Amino acid sequence: MSEALLEIQDLNMHFPIKQGVFQRTTNDVKAVNGVNFTLNKGETLGIVGESGCGKSTLARTIVGLLKPTSGDILFEGKSILQYNKKELHELRRDIQMVYQDPYTSLNPRMRAGDIIAAPLKAFNQTNNLKKRVMELMELVGLKADDYNKLPHQFSGGQRQRIGIARALALNPKLIILDEPVSALDVSVQAQVINLLEDLQEELGLTYLFIAHDLSVIRHISDKVGVMYLGKIMELSDSESLYKNARHPYTNALLSAIPLPYPDKEKKRERIVLKGELPSPSHPPSGCVFHTRCPFATEFCKGNVPTLDGKNSSSHYVSCFYPMENKQGEFPRQ
Amino acid sequence: MVLEVKNLKAHIDTPDGVVKAVDGVSFTIEPGETIGIVGESGSGKSVLAHSIMQLNPKPPTFYPQGEIVFEGKKLLQLKEKELQKIRGNEIAMVYQDPMSSLNPVFKIGDQLIEAILTHHHMPKRKARQRAIELLTDVGIPDPEKRFDAYPHQFSGGMRQRVLIAIALACNPKILIADEPTTALDVTIQAQILELMKRIQEKYGTAIIIISHDLGVIAQMAEKVLVMYSGRIVEKGNVEDIFYHTSMPYTWSLLRSLPRIDSETRNRLLSIEGQPPNLVHPPSGCNFHPRCPFATEQCKTMYPQLTKRSGDHYAACILSELEFKEAKKRLENREQEGRQKHV
Repeated sequence: MSEALLEIQDLNMHFPIKQGVFQRTTNDVKAVNGVNFTLNKGETLGIVGESGCGKSTLARTIVGLLKPTSGDILFEGKSILQYNKKELHELRRDIQMVYQDPYTSLNPRMRAGDIIAAPLKAFNQTNNLKKRVMELMELVGLKADDYNKLPHQFSGGQRQRIGIARALALNPKLIILDEPVSALDVSVQAQVINLLEDLQEELGLTYLFIAHDLSVIRHISDKVGVMYLGKIMELSDSESLYKNARHPYTNALLSAIPLPYPDKEKKRERIVLKGELPSPSHPPSGCVFHTRCPFATEFCKGNVPTLDGKNSSSHYVSCFYPMENKQGEFPRQ
Repeated sequence: MVLEVKNLKAHIDTPDGVVKAVDGVSFTIEPGETIGIVGESGSGKSVLAHSIMQLNPKPPTFYPQGEIVFEGKKLLQLKEKELQKIRGNEIAMVYQDPMSSLNPVFKIGDQLIEAILTHHHMPKRKARQRAIELLTDVGIPDPEKRFDAYPHQFSGGMRQRVLIAIALACNPKILIADEPTTALDVTIQAQILELMKRIQEKYGTAIIIISHDLGVIAQMAEKVLVMYSGRIVEKGNVEDIFYHTSMPYTWSLLRSLPRIDSETRNRLLSIEGQPPNLVHPPSGCNFHPRCPFATEQCKTMYPQLTKRSGDHYAACILSELEFKEAKKRLENREQEGRQKHV
């Protein structure tokens, strides 16, 4: 049994909506609404969902950029919400983040070497600074003469490598990757994903990988959580989720992905969801997905399903009517 | 044939030198057909689309060679006034970013009416009727009421529907969709692609869809052009491109996709290196620095598009047979490498 590195317990992150002359709180946006999961050492958990489902807020809460409304975050068994400023500072050494947009997450006036050295300086690890930076650059596949270049001299993929080197500088235990490859071209995307997998193997890293692309998530994750309107709809081993998705939302997401097989693609049956994402400030009653679910009943409108793993210890679904095995749904080559 | 592009070159003057954004591209499109243009960022897809609409600013863009013929009219020679009669009327465009292509200070209904009245003389009341008809067509619920809404009151998917409605306002013969779903979520993307197909069936519009997503292209297009650094490197029917791939670039691109349906978690097969610099493109074949099959000859000679079968053309010095053998050799080598690694 592997050891739990990160435990999220009933996490809520609500942003108040203030209105009127007195800026009274009239409502709140429930960005993360009762999320539970455990991430084991050396594993990759993929979080997938559409824009506005709360995946990035979840990431920012875990790194400590936001203070959650309620719930608990345990890192190596200790609640990080109780930490004081000094302990939080130390914690940042262990949890690092790689951001989505390689064009805005690097300071345009700093040289690549200085960007990678910044976290080391922040923690006063300035012995052999240049040597360590060179090591990191080599690790992520940058050349030595890239040291003095400015961000605009790099392509998107190389910038993302700088971002990864910066995150690795302090030997973190957990890296949170918020859509690290969404801004990249397919051919470069593959390079970065391979790099992330190699680094994980080499350094024993744990990843929380956030993306909207189910195929990228499938490729990199051991476990996958599907989010919708601040809630986890389905949480499962990657294998089991893609072979036997049980939540109607997961199935809809899977069937919406266009696959590169023209003949099968044109005949494929899809679950096309009607309508759009409801507002997280007024989430639907009962199951939050009932307004768009093709199988919703009256019961779903009034009752809230919980994340439940009836028949399996590794596959949890939050649905009253989970779908049964649907093998052969995807055209295979 | 509604549109014919003949050996088109669109070059852009920059302080660093001339960028050959589109460098000798030819293709034709028939009425009611869907043609997909696929390529990575910087491959010249959008410049090509904007050339058809003559929307590239001149200067710095100039067209040293080639012709664009739309229903017998040579678009490159037309005066601005004549172009305006075609733009938005007979050739319309849907842009990538639905957040910034609508004017935020006008009601969406007025923006639709503007598109109609620019090209047709009719009373405003009638134009309004037509606008509401269009909004219904693109699946906007409650169109009478939504007519008076502002763009910020719409979500991304809804705005893209409005943009499609504006593009359809004058019943164009060609609809150019430049990455129409890139900014949207997958479920919304599925809705918009479905809508475009329905519209095409109803109006018989020819569609040029530009995308970097091979899945979208597979789903939408009948014919495909694969672009790499300003040139078409492979073109043909969609089945030819996906199942009888003859150009190492297309093949590598397909291999580097993470697959949702793969049985095992293999390592992704990436394409080494970066897309080429367009000011100083590589000598010979533009793809040779990244090509796993490149030979000495590739460094000096640019391969022309040559016929593979029927309508299938590829720009590679390897013949179909040679390519097949080279692929086999590479795959064997990779297999051995993997076994050694384990």
